[in-house]
Amino acid sequence: MSFHPEMRYESGMHVSQRELRPDGEPFAFTPANRDRLEQIATHYPAEHRRSAVIPALYIVQEQQGYVSAPAIRHVAEVIGCTPAEVDDVVTYYAMFFRQPVGKYVVQVCRTLSCALRGAERVTAEISKTLGISVGETDPTGTFTLMEMECLGACDRAPVVMVNNEHWHECQAPEDAGRLLESLKASGEAALTGCHLEVERD
Amino acid sequence: MDPVLTSHVREPRGATLDAYVGRGGYEGLRKALGLAPAQVIDMVKASGLRGRGGAGFPTGMKWQFVPKDSPRPKYLCCNADESEPGTFKDHVLMERNPHLLFEGCLIGCYAIGAKVAYIYIRGEFSHVQRVLEAEIEAARAKGYLGKNIFGSGFDCEIYAHRGAGAYEAGEESALLESLEGKRAQPRLRPPFPAVVGLYGCPTAINNVETLCNVPLILTNGPEWFASLGPEKNGGPKLYCISGHVEKPGVYETSMHVTIRELIDKYGGGIRGGRTLKAVIPGGSSTPVILPDQIDAQASFDGLVKAGSMLGSAAIIVMDDTTCMVWLAENLMHFYRHESCGKCTPCREGTDWLLKILRRIERGEGTMRDIDLLADVASNIGGKTLCPFGDAAVAPVLSTIQHFRAEYEAHVREGRCTCPADWRAM
Ligand SMILES: Cc1cc2nc3c(=O)[nH]c(=O)nc-3n(C[C@H](O)[C@H](O)[C@H](O)COP(=O)(O)O)c2cc1C
Ligand code: SF4
Ligand code: FES
Repeated sequence: MSFHPEMRYESGMHVSQRELRPDGEPFAFTPANRDRLEQIATHYPAEHRRSAVIPALYIVQEQQGYVSAPAIRHVAEVIGCTPAEVDDVVTYYAMFFRQPVGKYVVQVCRTLSCALRGAERVTAEISKTLGISVGETDPTGTFTLMEMECLGACDRAPVVMVNNEHWHECQAPEDAGRLLESLKASGEAALTGCHLEVERD
Repeated sequence: MDPVLTSHVREPRGATLDAYVGRGGYEGLRKALGLAPAQVIDMVKASGLRGRGGAGFPTGMKWQFVPKDSPRPKYLCCNADESEPGTFKDHVLMERNPHLLFEGCLIGCYAIGAKVAYIYIRGEFSHVQRVLEAEIEAARAKGYLGKNIFGSGFDCEIYAHRGAGAYEAGEESALLESLEGKRAQPRLRPPFPAVVGLYGCPTAINNVETLCNVPLILTNGPEWFASLGPEKNGGPKLYCISGHVEKPGVYETSMHVTIRELIDKYGGGIRGGRTLKAVIPGGSSTPVILPDQIDAQASFDGLVKAGSMLGSAAIIVMDDTTCMVWLAENLMHFYRHESCGKCTPCREGTDWLLKILRRIERGEGTMRDIDLLADVASNIGGKTLCPFGDAAVAPVLSTIQHFRAEYEAHVREGRCTCPADWRAM
C-alpha cells in the first residue's frame, strides 16, 4: 500500500487482507521420485542439500501438476530446511504453479522480438478461441493461457511454450486457434519443437 | 571467417561424443593437462579472450583472481541462463556441441584448481538439460571426466543444474544464490565470487560461449585466436539476429563485422524491403542505435564508440513501422516482471516507469510525464545493487533521447501515432 495520495498499487490489497491458499491434498513423493531426488542430491556437497530444492519442486510438479502447501512442507522435510525457505523459492520462480492448472499450460512469449512478429495477436487469438483471459483456465480444465517473458528462441518468433518445456515456434497468429485443436487431438506431438530439427532428419 | 564454434551444428548426430572426438575433440584438454595450471591461465590471457556473457571482462584475468592457496574447495559455474531478451546462442552450442562446452569447463577447472563444475541452465531449457545429462554420462563412461582424467591425476565432475524461470538468475551472484537453492537475488560485493562464491568458496563464473572458446585457444594457440578479430576483440563471435529481418538466426563471424553487414548480409535485410528505424545491438538492456550508426563495428569496443554496447550480441532490428514508445513499454514490462525486488529503486521504479509508459502509449499521458520518466530513470540508474537497474532504464532513456518527438506526438494527439495497423504487419 502506498501512502502517496496519487499513487496506488494495482492490487490495492494489504498483506494482512490476503487470503491464505487452501491446503490441498496431503503430499509425499512416490518411492521412485524420492530415489530420483536422492540421486540428484548427490550432485551437491552433503551439507548443501538445499541446492536440490528446485529439482525437488520440479518433481513435485511432475507428480501433482502444481505445488501445494503440503508439498512445500514435504519438500522441506526431505531436504532438511524450513517450509518458509521452500515457499520463498516457489513464490520467486516463474515456472512453479501455485494453483492447479489445465492439462496444457500454453504460454505465449510477449517480449520484444516475439512482439515485433505478432505475439500480441497470438495471445488474442488463443484468448478468443478459448473464451478466457490471460491467467485463466478454460471450464473443461484443458488449457491454461499465460504470457511469459523471452524464452531464448527469438529467431523463431513468436514462440509458444506448452507445459514448461515443449515449444511451438514461428506461430503464425492466424493459426493459433488451430494449434489448440491439434494439441487436443494429438497432444505434444502437435508442437514443432524445431530446436531438434537437425536431429530429426 | 569460417565458423569454428558452430561448424558442425547442422551435422546429424554431431553432438555425440564419438563425433566430437572424431573431429579432434578433447585434444585441448589433453594439452592443458600437460601444462601447469598457471601456464593455461597465461595462454588464455595471451589470447585476449573476453567474456561473452555481457560485460566483456578478460577471462584469463578472472581465473587469476581465484586464490590458488585457499584451503577451501573451488568451483567453476558456467552461466547458461541465457535470459537477455534477444539472446539465443548458448543453447545452440549446448544442444549441438555439448562436448566443446564440457572440454572448456574441464580446462577451466584445471586452471583454477576446481574439481566440480556446475552448468546453470535456464528453466525453459529442459531439452538442453536432457542433452547435457546424456552426454555427461557418455563422457564419464569413456573417462573424459570423473577420476584421474587421461591418467594425469586430475579429477573433475560436471553437473547440469536447471533454474526455474528468472532473468535475474543470469547475474553472477544471483546465479550462485539460485544454485544454493534460494531466490535468485544478487549479493553485495565485495567480496567478489572469485574469493567468496558458491557455498562460500572461491568460484569462477563464465558464460557458455566464453568457455567454448577455451579449447580452441589450447589447440590452435593464443596468437591464432587473437588474429581472428580486431585488436583486443579476438576470436570467433556468435551473433543473434531477431526482429524485422528476413532471416533471423544465430550467425558466427569475427568481430570485424559491422552491424550493417549483420543485418543485410547475414540477416537477409529488413523484411519486405522496408526501411530500418532502429537497432538494439546487444540485448534489451543496451541503448538503441540509429540507421546512421550501423556502420559501427559489432565488437566490444566498436559499439561502445557508437554509444551502446555489444552485451550478449543480441541484435534486435526494428523497421519503420515500430512505435518506440510501445517498444519502451514492452521492455519495461519485462524489467518490472523480472526485477528481483531486493532493492527499492529498481523494484518500485520499474513499476512506476511501466505505468507512465502505458499511459503515454495509450494517449493518456502529459508532457510532464516525459520528463517524469527521465527523472524516475535517473533515480534508478547507478543507484541499485546490481547492473539490472542500469539495464532497465537504458531503453527508456535512449528512446527519449532519439525519439522524443514520437513521445510528444503521443501526448499531443492523444493516441499511438504509428500506422494504425502496424501490429498486424
Ligand atoms: C541482470 C543480469 C543478467 C545477466 N544475464 C546473463 C545471462 O543470461 N547469461 C550470461 O552468460 N551472463 C549474464 N549476465 C552477466 C553475468 O553476470 C556475468 O557477467 C557473466 O556470466 C560472466 O561470464 P563471462 O565473463 O564469460 O561473460 C547477466 C548480468 C546481469 C547484470
Ligand atoms: S537492481 Fe533490481 S534486479 Fe538488481 S538487486 Fe536491485 S532489485 Fe534486484
Ligand atoms: S522474445 Fe520471445 S523468445 Fe525471445
